[in-house]
Amino acid sequence: MFIFRLKRTVKLGFKSLWMHRLRSTLTTLGIIFGVSSVIAMLAIGEGASRDAQEKIAQLGSRNIIIKTIKPPEDQAAGGQQQTLMEYGLTYKDAERFQNGIPDVQVIVPNRRISQQALYRNRRTSLEVVGTVPWYPEISPTRVRFGRFLSTTDMHYRQGVCVLDERVVRELFALDDPIGQDVKIGGDYYRVVGVATEQSQTPASADLESKDATGAKKASGANVGAMYVPLTTVRERFGEMSMQMSSSSGQTLERIELQEIIVQVQDVDMVMGTRQSVQTLLSRFHKKNDYEIVVPLELMRQAKDFQRIFTIVLGSIAAISLLVGGIGIMNIMMATVSERTREIGIRRALGAKKKDIVIQFLSETLILTLSGGFLGMALGALIPFFVTHFGQMRTVITGSSLILAFGISGAVGIAFGLYPAYRAANMDPIESLRHE
Amino acid sequence: MIEFRQEPKFGTDGPILVMEDLCKSYQLGHTELRVLREINLAIESGEYVAIMGPSGSGKSTLLNMIGCLDRPTSGDYRLGGQSVSALDDDELSMIRGARIGFVFQSFNLIAQLNVVENIEIPMYYQGYSEHESDERARELATMVGLGERLGHRPSELSGGQQQRVAIARALSNDPLIILADEPTGNLDSSSGADILAILDRLHNEGKTLIVVTHDEHIATRAERVVRLFDGRIDKEEFNRR
Ligand SMILES: Nc1ncnc2c1ncn2[C@@H]1O[C@H](COP(=O)(O)OP(=O)(O)OP(=O)(O)O)[C@@H](O)[C@H]1O
Ligand SMILES: [Mg+2]
Repeated sequence: MFIFRLKRTVKLGFKSLWMHRLRSTLTTLGIIFGVSSVIAMLAIGEGASRDAQEKIAQLGSRNIIIKTIKPPEDQAAGGQQQTLMEYGLTYKDAERFQNGIPDVQVIVPNRRISQQALYRNRRTSLEVVGTVPWYPEISPTRVRFGRFLSTTDMHYRQGVCVLDERVVRELFALDDPIGQDVKIGGDYYRVVGVATEQSQTPASADLESKDATGAKKASGANVGAMYVPLTTVRERFGEMSMQMSSSSGQTLERIELQEIIVQVQDVDMVMGTRQSVQTLLSRFHKKNDYEIVVPLELMRQAKDFQRIFTIVLGSIAAISLLVGGIGIMNIMMATVSERTREIGIRRALGAKKKDIVIQFLSETLILTLSGGFLGMALGALIPFFVTHFGQMRTVITGSSLILAFGISGAVGIAFGLYPAYRAANMDPIESLRHE
Repeated sequence: MIEFRQEPKFGTDGPILVMEDLCKSYQLGHTELRVLREINLAIESGEYVAIMGPSGSGKSTLLNMIGCLDRPTSGDYRLGGQSVSALDDDELSMIRGARIGFVFQSFNLIAQLNVVENIEIPMYYQGYSEHESDERARELATMVGLGERLGHRPSELSGGQQQRVAIARALSNDPLIILADEPTGNLDSSSGADILAILDRLHNEGKTLIVVTHDEHIATRAERVVRLFDGRIDKEEFNRR
């Protein structure tokens, strides 16, 4: 009985809409574009968010990264004659972190230098990373073949290295790199392991471009990494580097460490530890020659940004749905007044007000829900093209589909109710006399 | 709330329609326009009644009142023993759907529906099953001579055929009374004659018919002619055949 009525109502709705095919189609377009833009925008927003989250997560949510930056040049005091600049993080700083901050679990001091490496007749640019054996603990870098640096390497300042896969590709092509010697400057380094590539995050790339260290060239440009014991690097490269600068000509710089990465036991300790690090550093660094990066903070900022982004995109899309809804309401009002006589006939033949409401509401719902369906299809297609041609990550979540479809249904009810109500409240006799 | 799908509980004796001092007036600004004045009317089951009168005398208004499309301003109206004056909109819809069959001058079929679907409308609102209403609609269409045109739209039918569909539709809910407002007004004389023949047949089968008309020839077919003048019953004539 109920099913029969429903079937009948829907069939009747389709019939009436079919009478005005073009009009119905044009009206539905508003909903189609509204729904598809909601889905597409949410997909683009979600994709961007996941991208950022993943990249930041690679920096480590329990990490605090302290970086050396070039202090703002002191024109008055410095002058043209200054040839030696001494700044940045020191081994002493690392020691102070170790002894002075209780929550610190792992400390990794790094020295980064841009170099040219040579193997047989092949040459490539890379970044020499002077580091400690426990570096993999605080970074997503993993050993693929062989081993990472060991404490023995560290202790005896061995000339060994671990190459990342990018360097291996560039220097060795198909050869097995393990056990081979790579030449930098006048020194040889024996390859003991191969590690995964370090991915360049937008955040870190951005930050690194500010530090005026030896790694300047390496940082922005995409180059591979060569991990060497920190002690070896200190012995072989020293701490001096020559810098060409436009304002003061040649400058000699002395920097001990490019970065110190501190890891705490628990995410809850991150902000407190950041504060301790800040306090400790400000006591010993007169110049503003360091910078503290907290991935966790970046992650939160990214989330906040993402929320705003989603709200803005969502509002734009919602407005387009609203416009679509108003279009539907407009058409339904016209339909109702055109079909005044039909309403009168139905009322005379026994239809209650409720029956008339149901009839017109279901017509509106048929319009909006079919618009919703087509919009869902189109909305899934747009992100596909955006990803394919725009090289942008997009993620269509099930909830966005349900949301968009639900909204189109809600629009149908919201904007269909008034015309249906108008139809039901027309006087039967007046309606029968109409036109 | 009234439940009509059960057997009607009014008796077979006594009139099925009674109006006592029924008045209808419209408020036009400050003046009251009295369209029906002290109508007293009783119609027995199976009667064939014609309502006549000059234009504007209130014939359609009276017919709408009988058909429960309108409510009296004062006075009482009982249909099948039940007082209608005090019912609300939903209850009036129920009564129209269950007890009244309407035939209009301008056919009033729904354009997007075919013959069978048009005939089914009253049954749809009365909650007939799909099978039942489909079968009945086909039977009725065949009865009025449209068995070959079940799938046709109103726009594909002549005026006389459309009016026959309308009669079939009026019969579909098995009503107590069939009301027709100038049913032949828009038809040529031969199609009109067809319609009148069908009405005669319905009368012979025992249906109660009330027909508004301007045509004295139609009036002679009825058993009783009620003549309205200026909202009052001017005269009642009984035809002996
Ligand atoms: N809604 C209304 N408001 C005001 N006056 C009305 C209304 N409906 C009908 N009338 C008036 O009531 C009177 C009777 O109208 P009605 O339609 O019943 O006449 P009729 O006898 O059917 O005439 P005709 O033969 O031309 O169809 C007319 O004067 C008409 O103007
Ligand atoms: Mg009239």
